[in-house]
Amino acid sequence: MSRALLEVSGLCMRFGGLLAVNNVSLSVHEKEIVSVIGPNGAGKTTVFNCISGFYNPTQGTILFDGEEIAGLKGHKIARKGMVRTFQHVRLFKEMTVIENLLVAQHMHMNTNLMGGFLKTPAYRKSEQRAMENAAFWLDKVNLLEFANREAGNLAYGQQRRLEIARCMVTRPRLLMLDEPAAGLNPNETKELDQLICNLRDEFDVSILLIEHDMGLVMGISDQIAVINQGTPLASGTPAEIRDNPDVIKAYLGEE
Amino acid sequence: MNRTLYPAIFAAIVTLILTSMMLGIKLKTEGINLTLHSAEGSTWTMIFVATAVVFLFQLFRNQLTGLVKLPTLPTVESMLPEGKKGDRIKTLAVCFIVAAALIWPFYASRGAVDLATLALIYIMLGLGLNIVVGLAGLLDLGYVAFYAVGAYTYALLSLYYDVSFWVALPICGLLAALFGFLLGFPVLRLRGDYLAIVTLGFGEIIRILLLNWTDVTGGPNGISRIPKPDIFGLEFSRRAKDPDNMPFHEFFGIAYDPSYKVIFLYLLALLLVLVTVYVINRLTRMPIGRAWEALREDDIACRSLGLNPTVVKLTAFTIGASFAGFAGCFFSARQGFISPESFVFIESAIILAIVVLGGMGSQLGVILAAIILTVLPELAREFQEYRMLMFGLLMVFMMIWKPQGLVPMKRPHLELSTGDKAK
Repeated sequence: MSRALLEVSGLCMRFGGLLAVNNVSLSVHEKEIVSVIGPNGAGKTTVFNCISGFYNPTQGTILFDGEEIAGLKGHKIARKGMVRTFQHVRLFKEMTVIENLLVAQHMHMNTNLMGGFLKTPAYRKSEQRAMENAAFWLDKVNLLEFANREAGNLAYGQQRRLEIARCMVTRPRLLMLDEPAAGLNPNETKELDQLICNLRDEFDVSILLIEHDMGLVMGISDQIAVINQGTPLASGTPAEIRDNPDVIKAYLGEE
Repeated sequence: MNRTLYPAIFAAIVTLILTSMMLGIKLKTEGINLTLHSAEGSTWTMIFVATAVVFLFQLFRNQLTGLVKLPTLPTVESMLPEGKKGDRIKTLAVCFIVAAALIWPFYASRGAVDLATLALIYIMLGLGLNIVVGLAGLLDLGYVAFYAVGAYTYALLSLYYDVSFWVALPICGLLAALFGFLLGFPVLRLRGDYLAIVTLGFGEIIRILLLNWTDVTGGPNGISRIPKPDIFGLEFSRRAKDPDNMPFHEFFGIAYDPSYKVIFLYLLALLLVLVTVYVINRLTRMPIGRAWEALREDDIACRSLGLNPTVVKLTAFTIGASFAGFAGCFFSARQGFISPESFVFIESAIILAIVVLGGMGSQLGVILAAIILTVLPELAREFQEYRMLMFGLLMVFMMIWKPQGLVPMKRPHLELSTGDKAK
């Protein structure tokens, strides 16, 4: 197998006396879907925050495409092609759906002030391209008819999809989804399942996923990592994880 | 044929008017008077020949394009502001208001025009602070510091280096922006209340610096005799300071009237305000304007999408400060005298009150609030000592009844055209 796109090794995160993440290792290869599972409070989101630059990890290395990114600022990591969603939807609620997607493309746009004042052709072209890209992704997540609605007025499931579209317009290489199925009904979960597979197959993104919905996780993951109380418990293919006695114990408790 | 005929006639008329004004009429000084002379016959012949050439060229433009490659004319659509056709009425209303504001001073009293000029300064300050507070959501209690920087920059430049108003104007804007940048760099990692306190401190530092740096700024005595702005080198005083120069009224051969100066200052302020309105209007539709809005709503999401929050905040702070710099430059030119007393904290508070009262982020609201807050105290002069009380009461009731301000912000939403693409 080729070199991993994301390679996390020996990751530790300490908050005062609490060791929230202890020696976690992960790797995501190109076009792979990797899931991180574990009981509530296991430290999955902390791992995410460390990787995406919202926390500065206490120890460990994080290589993205062979480059060390541990300790870099969140926006710099995003610019390298690694974007994330959040456990609680974080949209720009008072902006319209299309504007949410335009803001996300900020780093690809012509932000020259003079260009904007004078509406130069380069500026118009950049706006036009961003608009088209946004429309393309809205179509992908079936939100095109809501393009001019305020994002805060969308239904919950739609907001979740918009958040994914907002990540995708930035043309990422690695998409990190933090509990994307939380609060969705079974039907929407199934759609999400298809969408995630679609993103990987059509747009060549790798996906790192935190999820509690076992049906979804087992169905789409290539690799699964289990974390319990901040420490890695097991990792492997869905079939291996399903039969792992430690995992069953962590989830169901000891008999 | 009509499609080329009308533009051709129009172009010919424009050429005729412009060239005859520029070449056909000569001004000559006889003694102390200026007299108008018509140019010689040969010049007039040349003018008519030129007009005919322009007419014929425009008439056969299409045929000529086939032979030689000519630059294309801009289409009308490309010059119209973006937006729907439904905005026509709005555009018309804006044009009407601007025209009224342009004509009004010639019929109003001198005092009223002077007051209006003051209101325009506050509009400019309000609009500038609106970028920082209303659009980017950063509470700035020391905005007056940038106003002071602009005012003192012009005053000191003209005092020590004899720099004219028009040269100083961009320098004032740039210097105020630089101060905004320098202050913003360390403090913008602070949030909300903490940022407010630091900016408050900064405002005081600038004022106290101006007060105590007596050698340069004159301390509490301030700087007086700051030259008024001129128009293409023509001054508005009775006698020109520079013997080579000619005052405005002599150049046009009209009697001296001090109200010309007042009207000119008003029109200049109006021009500055219009530029400010246009620039901010554009900014809110540009990527940077969207980034401000997004950052105000959720800075964590912004970071996760690759927007650098510090840079985005810093642009808001810097651009906002530069407008205060322009306003300050104009203020010192208009007053002719400035001292640190003009830049106390209450000024910051009034500007902030204008923004909050008008509706954060709303341009129209800020303009209305600035007019109300400057004109109302003047109108209520009869109530003497009660007027500040009334002013306070008005603010309290406004905030209870209309907490979003006079005209709540309605951001220009960019819309996806629902034409062929959307469906």
